[in-house]
Amino acid sequence: MNEQLLKITEEALAKIDACKDLDMLNDVRVEYLGKKGHITAAMKEMKNIPPEERPAFGQMVNVARDKVEAALEAEKTKLQRALREEKLKSEVIDVTLPAKKAKVGHGHPCQIALDEVERIFVGMGYDVVEGPEIEWQEYNFTKLNIPEGHPARDEQDTFYINDEILLRSQTSPVQARVMEQGKLPIRMIAPGRVFRSDSIDATHSPSFHQIEGLVVDKHITMTDLKGTLDEFAKELFGPETKTRFRPHHFPFTEPSAEVDVSCFKCGGKGCRFCKGEGWIEILGCGMVHPHVLEMCGIDPEKYTGFAFGVGLERIALLKYEIDDMRLLYENDQRFLNQF
Amino acid sequence: MNTPLSWIKDYVPDLDCTAQEYSDRMTLTGTKVEGYEDLSKNLEKLVVGRVEKVEKHPDADKLVVCQVNVGNETIQIVTGAPNIPVGSSGQLVPVVLDGGKVKGGHDGGPMPEDGVSIKAGKLRGVPSNGMMCSIEELGSDHNAYPLAPESGIYIFDDELINELSLKPGDSAVKALGMDDTVVEYEITSNRVDCYAVIGIAREAAATFGKTFKMPEVKATGNSEDINDYLKVTVNNTKLCPRYCARMVKNIKFAPSPEWMQKRLRNSGIRPINNLVDITNFVMEEYGQPMHAYDYDLIEGHEIIVDTAKNGDEFITLDGQTRKLDDTILMINDKKGGIGLAGIMGGENSKITDHVHTVVFEAANFDGVNIRLSAKKVGMRTDASSIFEKGLDPNNAEAAINRACQLVEELGCGEVVGGMIDVYPVKDEDIKIKFEPERINSLLGTDIGESEMKEIFAKIGLGFNDDSNEVVVPTFRRDLHCTADLAEEVLRFHGYDKIASTLPVGEATTGKLSYKLRIDQIARNIAELSGFSHAMTYAFESPKAYDKLLVPEDSGLRKAVVISNPLGEDFSIMRTQPVNAMITSLSLNYNRRNGDVRLYDMANIYIPKALPLTELPDEREQLTLGAYGEDVDFFVMKGVVEEFLEHVGMNKKLHYDPVCDKSFLHPGRKAYIKYDGEIIGYLGEVHPEVSLNYDFKEGVRVYLAVLDMPALIPYTSFDRKYEGIAKYPAMGRDISMLVPKNILVGEIEDMIAQRGGKILESYRLFDIYEGAQVKEGYKSVAYSLSFRASDRTLTDDEVGAAMKKILNGLNGMGIELRA
Repeated sequence: MNEQLLKITEEALAKIDACKDLDMLNDVRVEYLGKKGHITAAMKEMKNIPPEERPAFGQMVNVARDKVEAALEAEKTKLQRALREEKLKSEVIDVTLPAKKAKVGHGHPCQIALDEVERIFVGMGYDVVEGPEIEWQEYNFTKLNIPEGHPARDEQDTFYINDEILLRSQTSPVQARVMEQGKLPIRMIAPGRVFRSDSIDATHSPSFHQIEGLVVDKHITMTDLKGTLDEFAKELFGPETKTRFRPHHFPFTEPSAEVDVSCFKCGGKGCRFCKGEGWIEILGCGMVHPHVLEMCGIDPEKYTGFAFGVGLERIALLKYEIDDMRLLYENDQRFLNQF
Repeated sequence: MNTPLSWIKDYVPDLDCTAQEYSDRMTLTGTKVEGYEDLSKNLEKLVVGRVEKVEKHPDADKLVVCQVNVGNETIQIVTGAPNIPVGSSGQLVPVVLDGGKVKGGHDGGPMPEDGVSIKAGKLRGVPSNGMMCSIEELGSDHNAYPLAPESGIYIFDDELINELSLKPGDSAVKALGMDDTVVEYEITSNRVDCYAVIGIAREAAATFGKTFKMPEVKATGNSEDINDYLKVTVNNTKLCPRYCARMVKNIKFAPSPEWMQKRLRNSGIRPINNLVDITNFVMEEYGQPMHAYDYDLIEGHEIIVDTAKNGDEFITLDGQTRKLDDTILMINDKKGGIGLAGIMGGENSKITDHVHTVVFEAANFDGVNIRLSAKKVGMRTDASSIFEKGLDPNNAEAAINRACQLVEELGCGEVVGGMIDVYPVKDEDIKIKFEPERINSLLGTDIGESEMKEIFAKIGLGFNDDSNEVVVPTFRRDLHCTADLAEEVLRFHGYDKIASTLPVGEATTGKLSYKLRIDQIARNIAELSGFSHAMTYAFESPKAYDKLLVPEDSGLRKAVVISNPLGEDFSIMRTQPVNAMITSLSLNYNRRNGDVRLYDMANIYIPKALPLTELPDEREQLTLGAYGEDVDFFVMKGVVEEFLEHVGMNKKLHYDPVCDKSFLHPGRKAYIKYDGEIIGYLGEVHPEVSLNYDFKEGVRVYLAVLDMPALIPYTSFDRKYEGIAKYPAMGRDISMLVPKNILVGEIEDMIAQRGGKILESYRLFDIYEGAQVKEGYKSVAYSLSFRASDRTLTDDEVGAAMKKILNGLNGMGIELRA
């Protein structure tokens, strides 16, 4: 019996090994382990075996069956894998075919530049606030140390609604509004739309955006202003960027400065982009004029502050090398798609 | 302001630097140099030549052959210039030699960057070894050199030849005064003293640490007394704080000498004659506008300064009639006005070639008044634009004396002794307490007291040691307080010399305002939905309302109007955002961009009352606009709902087709309502409106507008996890026949209202109108899902809920299908 069982097992293993596909394998399984299979039949022999031999016989059959089952399983896995590999081979795709993109829209270059500026200043602890675009002349001028009759009122080519109300010509009135609220210290930026009566051409627009910055606290100094804007310029235009502060005049700051950054195209050597100067003007700034602090209810003996104003379009034009400002307001999809 | 560098050097004699160094350093001390031009650039091998002989060209009628003495030799030059005729000789002319350069062509067109090289060659077979030059070829024009011919070679005139002892071989660049550099400055409005050569020279001296030398002005005048000739009365000393007058008799007109012409020309001023040139010269030098009246035309020989009367008219010397009012200051004689103070003289007192005696006026006027008056009469002149900055009254006397000195020097006339000076309240120096520690604490520096004092001294500020005060002379009327002094210190200490620090003190948390956070989400959702960010103008044409079919009496037409717009197209502040959006879409459409989706986030301006007495309501609008293949009403609706979901607005939205937007398709528009409030609208653009915006017939354009201030109160960033359902859902489908006029929104309201707490969701899965459905009805099918969070629902519970719903639907006239 033992020998016969061994023979059956050998046979089965050989047949399994010879299987070419899963169907053949199944046939082998039925032939040996099915209801009428050879090994199943051997099990049925049990009743003809003397009881004392039964355990040994049982174990022998079990071993034979386990062997065949394991071989079947191994062969099945092998055949399945071969089948899968065959399938994979037939499923090769051309990975260079065009992508199926989710059609995502594009940001406006001014907004992208603004987001960048906001990120930098929020990181330095500044709040982002807004103010009205149609504004009292009082806030746009008087409270910024530009009294009635001051030539700066003409310089800025302001659009008026009437004698008292105008389209703000700068974001600086937000300074006055925030200072008046009296919550100190102040660290804020105020981005927004401003208006000046300039005809539309490649470098002018009657409506554009500024970002106002204001810090008021005890012991704020001109060197703080310099350090802050240095940091800003490096973040915005790259770590190699240098700044140059030039004396200037704004009625609402004293001392005042205009700030140039080293040309990020040529690194300051001078090129067509910076008109050979190596420097590009980006903003105006200064220490808040004591009159302005006073008019907004802050004691200039105790507090000092600095303020700055950046032209957003200017930043966007420079950063993205856009050569015509009109593109920013046409909204041609082919333009916007590039941002 | 353009000024030749040589003029600056007259008053800073030790100044020795290149134009580039000058520009760089002046800019860093606050006198911003915009650029400079070396007038001799591209003028090479340019000498004075004397024409010795002019003969006919053998082969060309229009050319002549000249022998020209250029100093060490005589060369042959062929020219076609009309003013060197055959047979003439002796003219001194600028000659460029072989291998030299000039700036441009004789047509005065744009000049090449590297100039024009001149080489010896043949003209119609005759050798020509150089070129005689026109003023245009030398880069200038007839305006700057009035003696230059309209066309032809520049010929040096005898006066100049005598003045400079010109001879062949001399530098023509020098003879023409082109051996100079013109520097262009941007002067800030506070530095009115720097609208003058002496002001800039003072800054230059301080910048380079050199000595500043004021022009020397000597006493002038004969033994007569001006008071015997003229009387001056100032009736309004507020508007005219000072009035200086001097007189010159026996005027002898002549061209001014070359040194003066050169100064003026290189400052961009056309030389005219000695008298005019003197006033212009003093204006440039001292920054004090002067005026000259014909003494014999001053009625009663009395000048009365006073405001005009309302309704007066006055003819200015340009022949224009100007309407006056009682705020405008006039210079009058006994009979009436002879000049608009500080703006322009009158035609009636104009200097003519026949003038015998001249009255010089150097006055001081109130800047604000001049500015407003110039605006009122509609004329901003060189003089008024200087006066409006507010001048130093103490400068008037110096300037008028300088003018008289030049009159004597140039032999332009006989100066009458004395000056009439109406100056009731003398403008005094200002004193500012010197607090070096405050200056340092404002700047964040540690600059020594002595350095500060040195800086004050070199810019002409005095110092009173006894009172420890800085004494600010009247020419620096921009300095009032310690912060002003701090700037002066910093300018000359060096903006670049101070440290960079960051503010210390209480830490602050930087953040966006709540509104800006919502805005950011709106932008994100719009972009993720395929819309690109557009930016448009806030002002537009009132004609937009007609294009949008807005009824005449609509409140939408009540817009804030700009009183001084750029033009009608930019004259009102928009009350709706759709004109700008459709305009942008149309631009894309007409440039053949297919499938365009744009969004804009900007304000509309709703006046509370007109005319405006308070600031209008600025309402930010999220405006979505699109056309193209894959967009329709429901795509727009989807973006709106996606956004609202992301800002925490989870209640059911209602869409009300009763919507009064004239510019939308009457059958495809809706108000968007949340909690009963209108928060926006959407729809397809009315086909007639699309045509108005140059879309082709049949192109469907879609809009959705959200009124941000209306929805922001409903937004929230609070989120609560509600758990994931543990118990199974029970599904039920309803299929119904619905009268056509019932909106699915109404069915949904009924389902939601009747379904109770266990109704989890409902979903429209089929809607059909057509052959198999009876007339006047549509077939609608919903799939409902019921679920409880704490138990498995029983059939009975769901059945009861379904029964309620079905009863409700039945009540609406809806038939249920099997």
